[in-house]
Amino acid sequence: MKLFELRGGVHPEGRKDLSAGRHIRVLPLPKKLFVPLQQHIGAPATPLVNVGDKVLKGQLIALAQGAVSSSIHAPTSGVIAALGDFPAPHPSGLPVPTITIESDGEDKWIARDEAYDPFALTPEDIAARVGAAGIVGLGGATFPAALKLNLSRNSGVHTLIMNGGECEPYLTCDDRIMRERAGQIVEGIRLIAHAVAAKEILVGIEDNKPDAIAAMQAAAEGTPVKVVVMPSMYPMGSEKQIIQVLTGKEIPAGGRPADIGVLVHNVATAYAVQQAVCYGKPLISRIVTVSGGAIMTPCNVEALIGTPVQELIDFADGYEQPAARLVLGGPMMGQQFTHTGVPVVKGTSGVLALMQDEIGQAEPSPCIRCSTCVRACPIGLVPLEMAAHIRVSDLSGAVDLGLKDCIACGSCSYVCPAHIPLVHYFNYAKGDLAAQERTKLKQEATRKLAEARNERLARIERERAEAAARRKAAREAKERAKQEAAAKAAEEAA
Amino acid sequence: MNPITHSPHAHAPVSIGKVMGTVLLALTPATLFGFWLYGWPAINLWAVSLIAAIVGEAFVLRWQQRAVRPALMDGSGILTAWLLAMSLPPFAPWWIAVLGSLFAVVVGKQIFGGLGQNVFNPAMAARVMLLISFPLEMTSWVGPLPLGSAHAPGLLDSLRVTFLSQPLDGMASASLLGHVKTEFTRGVGLDQALAGYYAPLSALWGSRAGSLGESAAVFILLGGVFLIARRIVTWHAPLAMLLGVAVPALLFNMIDANHYAGPLVHLLSGGVMLGAFFIITDPVTSPNTATGQFIFGLGCGLLTWIIRTWGGYPEGVAFAVMLMNAATPLIDQYVKPRIYGRDRKGAALPANKGS
Repeated sequence: MKLFELRGGVHPEGRKDLSAGRHIRVLPLPKKLFVPLQQHIGAPATPLVNVGDKVLKGQLIALAQGAVSSSIHAPTSGVIAALGDFPAPHPSGLPVPTITIESDGEDKWIARDEAYDPFALTPEDIAARVGAAGIVGLGGATFPAALKLNLSRNSGVHTLIMNGGECEPYLTCDDRIMRERAGQIVEGIRLIAHAVAAKEILVGIEDNKPDAIAAMQAAAEGTPVKVVVMPSMYPMGSEKQIIQVLTGKEIPAGGRPADIGVLVHNVATAYAVQQAVCYGKPLISRIVTVSGGAIMTPCNVEALIGTPVQELIDFADGYEQPAARLVLGGPMMGQQFTHTGVPVVKGTSGVLALMQDEIGQAEPSPCIRCSTCVRACPIGLVPLEMAAHIRVSDLSGAVDLGLKDCIACGSCSYVCPAHIPLVHYFNYAKGDLAAQERTKLKQEATRKLAEARNERLARIERERAEAAARRKAAREAKERAKQEAAAKAAEEAA
Repeated sequence: MNPITHSPHAHAPVSIGKVMGTVLLALTPATLFGFWLYGWPAINLWAVSLIAAIVGEAFVLRWQQRAVRPALMDGSGILTAWLLAMSLPPFAPWWIAVLGSLFAVVVGKQIFGGLGQNVFNPAMAARVMLLISFPLEMTSWVGPLPLGSAHAPGLLDSLRVTFLSQPLDGMASASLLGHVKTEFTRGVGLDQALAGYYAPLSALWGSRAGSLGESAAVFILLGGVFLIARRIVTWHAPLAMLLGVAVPALLFNMIDANHYAGPLVHLLSGGVMLGAFFIITDPVTSPNTATGQFIFGLGCGLLTWIIRTWGGYPEGVAFAVMLMNAATPLIDQYVKPRIYGRDRKGAALPANKGS
């Protein structure tokens, strides 16, 4: 198949060999699981359980709220130990609402609704099952999968792209799941295609995963699913880029893939969809890569959602050397964390313990305008100019240069010879703009309220005056009538 | 307290020091060849340029109460002085080098705010200042006197040449472009002016009067190719500048060969090679997109040819580069890459569901 050109991009050192050869192993059942209520884009789920309740594995414990949200299920059987705040798997480590489950060690499933012929289900039913299973995009964006299916079905999709790029260095969780569970993934892909009535189904896999390509090709034999080998390059696995490489089309600025008739899902999401639709299993575990130069035995584990990260590190035989930095996700877009008690969530693809020489951090020096960042940007931005505007707080200048089109892939920061933290500038600016936007909305709301109040007061005043005038008129009319009556009476008397 | 750092948590093995180091490495063969060709005076001049730049920059940084070491260690000041030294007449007196270097790093760079802030290429700004202030010293060329040859000045003689401004008797010679210009004013056409004065092959190997950067054209070219291969610079600006000089030279040479020198004469003389590969590829003072760099290079080449052909000075690379430096912000304003999902004007692409 003809591939299309990707602009920019970088070739970071893969380091996937650390964990790529390691089979997925199931992590031993943890004693306590910490399940945050928000593990997805959108509104947090609302808990349906109370402290002391007994729950079964797969039981719904928190329900999705509003249009964009996702439900949450008990990862194992046990007792609800706490409903309260617990440190989030986020750089801030701030506490977020979390359900704590004490495992009873039995790991006993709730009764499940299995579908014997999943392809007999209607597209609506598939989406409903995916939604009920609390599935979100497992590639990292954690967008509720059912919502994406419904939106795509309504607007019409001709091409389904399955993302097996896994362009982040170190991560091998998608590689391993494609090698070991290709059959289930292909079935999941066909279910998704069925749910959105896609005509063309492409699975894009980077050429640095030959075993995954072979396994997926074997599993896709005789199905409409087409495996496409893509060159290894970062950020090939980004939604915009994989669409561009496979179809030659671009998502219009500010739009969604559905605008050009495309739907993109991650291969691990397809596996979760298959498990949910065929076996009624909600999303309560995921494959996580534990790797990095500081980890003794890098590996891939299937961990229950809510498992403290420390247990994954222990499972990998702990540290070989003290880690210079701990990262959740891949090194290019992952987030640093400090507290290893934080839980694995639906979007956790990797736990990395990196050494200083792997990070390659140095003091930033002045920009020499070498424009390496311009050549690396897969979007076609001019990062050095944007950063120069943000440095002097000219955020609107940065927006004019395309700040809002930035996908924060980190290619520019990665190649900058001056070690300028360009993405940091952009995310700071995006955050500041969002705050400004909120302030503006708030001011707008306040102004509207004040105007409404003034109007109300004026109306009351007006009504009062009118009422008074009416009363006066009535009184006068009465008076006049009385006088007239008196005059009439006098006349008659006279 | 462990400070939280933003992604990416990986970095390409690059730094400004490494970039500058690679450029210096690319300059070394041409420089060594120049040293051999012009002997000790050239070495003296080169050393004086570098020392003046380092001392001058350190002094200014100190004065501004900024950290001296990191700014000096990035190698940018050394590169500037090195490039300036390669554009000077090899037998020029020491104070030319000192004045030029100080002007380059202090006025050309630090006054604008240091590395990355200057509008004009510091080496070219210094060269232009020297040329209009000291035209005699800046146009006193000598023919090549390779180290070890009969007339080559020894170490002691060379110190006299550099530091006491004692010219070597009978060694003065005009550069090719200067010679042609002078002959034109006497009404002598190109065919006679070039006869016995110019042979393309020997020009390639530097056996004629000129600066280090002019005489070592072939090594400059090799250094430039090395920089492109190492992805320190791209081919856009250099190729555009060579085209900007060669295309009009070829056209006019075809119209009137006696009046307009051909493309080879233009490409291999003066600062065109040094300019194309080492001067206009200076990232600070050139545009930041490939298209912008091509326009920039083309402008540098065209202006060079125009100044050489119709201007008052025999050589125009430094003037051309400075003029185009001034146009760089304008080029960057209008030449930007197309953003993903948008058309050239920045409007969102239309939704197209296709089939």
